[in-house]
Amino acid sequence: MQNNSIHVKELRKSYQQLHILKGVDFEVEKGSIFALLGSNGAGKTTIIKILTTLLKQDGGRATVNGFDVAAEPDQVRQSIGLTGQFAAVDEVLTGRENLLMIARLRHLKNPRQVADDLVNRLGLAEAADRRVSTYSGGMRRRLDIAMSLVGKPQLIFLDEPTNGLDPEARLEVWKMVKELAHQGTTVFLTTQYLEEAEQLAHRIAILHEGRIIAKGTLDELKKLFPPAKSEYIEKQPSLEEIFLAIVGKKDVKQQ
Amino acid sequence: MNKYFFNDLDVMVGRSLRHILRSLDTILTVTVMPIAYMLLFVYVFGGAIQSGTDNYVDYLLPGILLIAIASGISYTAYRLFIDVQQGIFERFHSMPIAPSAALWGHVLTSLVSNAISVIVIILVALIMGFRSSAGVLSWLAVAGILALFTLALTWIAAIAGLSAKSVDGVSAFSYPLIFLPLISSAFVPTRSMPPVVRAFAENQPVTSIVDTIRSLLARQPVGTDIWIALAWCVGIMVVAYIFAMQAYKKRV
Repeated sequence: MQNNSIHVKELRKSYQQLHILKGVDFEVEKGSIFALLGSNGAGKTTIIKILTTLLKQDGGRATVNGFDVAAEPDQVRQSIGLTGQFAAVDEVLTGRENLLMIARLRHLKNPRQVADDLVNRLGLAEAADRRVSTYSGGMRRRLDIAMSLVGKPQLIFLDEPTNGLDPEARLEVWKMVKELAHQGTTVFLTTQYLEEAEQLAHRIAILHEGRIIAKGTLDELKKLFPPAKSEYIEKQPSLEEIFLAIVGKKDVKQQ
Repeated sequence: MNKYFFNDLDVMVGRSLRHILRSLDTILTVTVMPIAYMLLFVYVFGGAIQSGTDNYVDYLLPGILLIAIASGISYTAYRLFIDVQQGIFERFHSMPIAPSAALWGHVLTSLVSNAISVIVIILVALIMGFRSSAGVLSWLAVAGILALFTLALTWIAAIAGLSAKSVDGVSAFSYPLIFLPLISSAFVPTRSMPPVVRAFAENQPVTSIVDTIRSLLARQPVGTDIWIALAWCVGIMVVAYIFAMQAYKKRV
């Protein structure tokens, strides 16, 4: 019985002289949320592209849901969903039409039903028959993620899912990711926000200069640092907390 | 061939036809503009043009059809560009769909939408007094040549759409294609042009295509024009297809 959704060994990739990945190793446990952390240009997207069969590696081996990404791309594609870095939604179509299109391309038995179910489950019912060009950033991202859930893949990839979203929309996406993991879907996400990894991930790997320099649970990573000293500091609310408190209050008043 | 190819192609074509129907801009440019040209040339300039035919609409129609197709395919390039830019192609390619269904969807859409605008323009021409004594076979030949011309230009559009860096780049490539009919036998006979321009006009693809269609519609012998026209269309189509496929492979 295979317990890993993703298994990556000695993965290498270069663009001309630029060595992006210099031997990357990691595993992702089935049903977990795995966060790949790294600064811009560290190669996070390159790893996602290789794992989703969009790009061929130069060396090393990667298996996704038990299938080799280089040798069995069709089986890999069948078992994954990808939400890329930029919301890949069709702006001219409505939300429902977008989902229906993906359901038909996944050759599902009852595409219309699948699209309707997802619309309801993700709270998009109100906007489902409006063109996506009228959606807010958060709604667009939610639809984008919903599109990668069509056909219930066992594993979904989220490339910087909250990049460019406002704090409220980010919380919505976080909630969605947590629910997914709760239902047993494995989630592989990349992020440059430390807080995001802290909030969501069961396991975290840090990609730096082409290699994974640290990996483990949050607690394990914390142990890599000198033990915490206790100091007494007055806790100031962060701007995010203030923002959410004010906006939240306003919403309550309007209702 | 992948067993889902036609299913996937159907989804892709349905999608981009929706794009066209929901874009007033596209509909205006690909049908209303050529019709406006036709009105302008027939009722404003036409009186002064010695075309050598009784009815200037008959003379003009083939060129107008080519202009309509040339402006039609620039939208194919635009839609391809947007799909690449917004990561929609990437999403499709991470899914278990038939390979290249996404690209062929755009090509087929281009054929269908251009066929529709050609039919609309011919209907308007009929109202304006266009008459043809051509038989079914001649009409089929005209349709075939127009389809080949559309395919040839569509693959050029695919190169532009797949390799352009910006929206401006995508739209810039189609200007020469729309301009080419103006320096051909499409609006005026080439014999009225100065020698250098005339030499260019008579040896560029549009003239042979226009002359062939005009002869077919007027039940005149097509002579060698039809072979030159076919050679141009097929030649451009094959070369553009090879380059477009290269650009496509680079993108996926």
